[in-house]
Amino acid sequence: MPLLEAVDISKVFGKLTALDGAALTVGEKEFHGLIGPNGSGKSTLMKCLAGALVPTRGKVTFINTDVTSLTPPERARAGMSLKFQITAVLPTLTLYDNILLALQARSSLLDLAFSRSRGRLHEEVMTMLLQFRLADRAFDAAATLSHGQQQWLEIAMALACRPRLLLLDEPTGGMSLEERRVTGELLQPIKQHCSLVIVEHDLDFIRDICDRLTVLDQGKVLASGTVAEIQVNRSVQEIYLRRA
Amino acid sequence: MSSTGTGIQPPPQVIEAARSPVMASAFAARTKVLPILELALLIAASIAPLVLRDYITVYATRVLILCLFALSFDLVWGYAGILSLGQSLFFGMAGYAVALLSRDFGVESIFAVLPAGSLIGLVAALLLAGSLLLGRHPSSVVFVSLGTMTGAYAADRLARGSHYLGGQNGIPSIPPMTIGSHEMSEGPGFYYLVLAILVLIYLMSRFLLRSQFGLALAGLRENEQRIAFFGYKVQHLKAIIFAISGAIAGTAGSLYAFHEGFVWTNMLGVVMSTQVVLYVLFGGSGTLIGAVIGTAIVEGLSFWLSDNYRDIWPIILGVLLLLVIMFRPLGLISLVLGERERVGHFGPGVKEKRNAAP
Repeated sequence: MPLLEAVDISKVFGKLTALDGAALTVGEKEFHGLIGPNGSGKSTLMKCLAGALVPTRGKVTFINTDVTSLTPPERARAGMSLKFQITAVLPTLTLYDNILLALQARSSLLDLAFSRSRGRLHEEVMTMLLQFRLADRAFDAAATLSHGQQQWLEIAMALACRPRLLLLDEPTGGMSLEERRVTGELLQPIKQHCSLVIVEHDLDFIRDICDRLTVLDQGKVLASGTVAEIQVNRSVQEIYLRRA
Repeated sequence: MSSTGTGIQPPPQVIEAARSPVMASAFAARTKVLPILELALLIAASIAPLVLRDYITVYATRVLILCLFALSFDLVWGYAGILSLGQSLFFGMAGYAVALLSRDFGVESIFAVLPAGSLIGLVAALLLAGSLLLGRHPSSVVFVSLGTMTGAYAADRLARGSHYLGGQNGIPSIPPMTIGSHEMSEGPGFYYLVLAILVLIYLMSRFLLRSQFGLALAGLRENEQRIAFFGYKVQHLKAIIFAISGAIAGTAGSLYAFHEGFVWTNMLGVVMSTQVVLYVLFGGSGTLIGAVIGTAIVEGLSFWLSDNYRDIWPIILGVLLLLVIMFRPLGLISLVLGERERVGHFGPGVKEKRNAAP
């Protein structure tokens, strides 16, 4: 049984059909890349998976549960976590507090009011920060980070919710080559406990970290398979050559 | 669900480094303006009745009650980003309720009227939250602000038309509040009572806002959608802080009714709601002390201006308010308080920081 299964997903905005019967299957501990030309519906599909959008048609199943109509908090509690395309760290809070905010989301209100989980979570917060190479900035406001560092902070926050499935929408957007390489390194250890769906323009990056790929074109699935299979797929090569 | 924290197994040196307190030392060097400011104001407020003339002490008591009211608005707007333009609803309803308790049931004991006032505020806020905040999806700021304002406007109109509530004139000649057999009439005694309540509620709010719950509120204010994706039930968080704020506004309203000795429809309506917004914007929302300072300065200024510029004082005050909002959008408090201290931090406690200092 796959971890996530999205079947026949369509999303219509007025006259625009962003998704037209798209599908996606992600197994346990699988890194799944979602690629395709601009406007092919990648971000829309991500949003339908995360609950930011409700699909016009179709069904999303996550850990054997139909989550199609669940709200984002309900999906988060079920074990899904999304990193937004536009960085959405909380700029005036310190890095430490950004991570703590994500970590404490499951504490009860009473625990929060009396700060009962603060001590317990301290080590986890610092571990996350160290892993994402942000520990020396722990007590600076998130707004003072570089763009690449903000992306890392966001990934750390998304992971802090302890998801079974992490949805990353263009994590390396605006990053330098070196930062991209580091991002790849940072994502590798996640595989031990978590699946990943990643939207990305950088095909080298995708090839390096993903197990399987799904290629979208005009809201439809053009091809889906292992990285090796997709690389030799004729129609995929065509759309990328056409746009290049 | 993974039971081992994040589930990631970091290398041992990472775990070791995470335990080291060096990370926290960055805090130690920063000076703190806020506690000094709070203490200075507390001392000034404590000795004020000793040096002020009695009629000014009476005026100052009213200002302290309004400070309490301003705190309630600051909690929802400054800390949770809920623009409640109907805050007077809770203030006024509690005021009317205790006036009726006194008029119709002869209840004036502080131990009955203050809890009654807070309870009325709490329940009214919960009811309003139920209709405005607690949908399956978060409601917009405009919806909530117009909804609360409509509530205040409607209550004002209803009270004006109701014979039972005294119509336009409100309910006059409320007898003094009692503590045991002692009657609290206006003057230094009442002043210190209000000061004690204000300090108590201030400290309780401060405790809550610096807790992890306060961090959740900060997240709510900064980016509601983001924290929903962490799994926070944002509507519940909002309803809770709204209810707490309603209870505080209710406490202020019942004190106000007994201090002034009468209640009238303005207490319920948009006039009062707007006034409290101005206090908080002027002083600086998102800091408790800003709400207190804003109220004290706006009220102090109107007192002084109306004495000295009998005809044009509202214009002068209006221009001053406008200037502050244009040039200091974060309020007067931003003159002395940096952003870092205004927002605060929620991580390691004071003790850890002290240990971390070299």
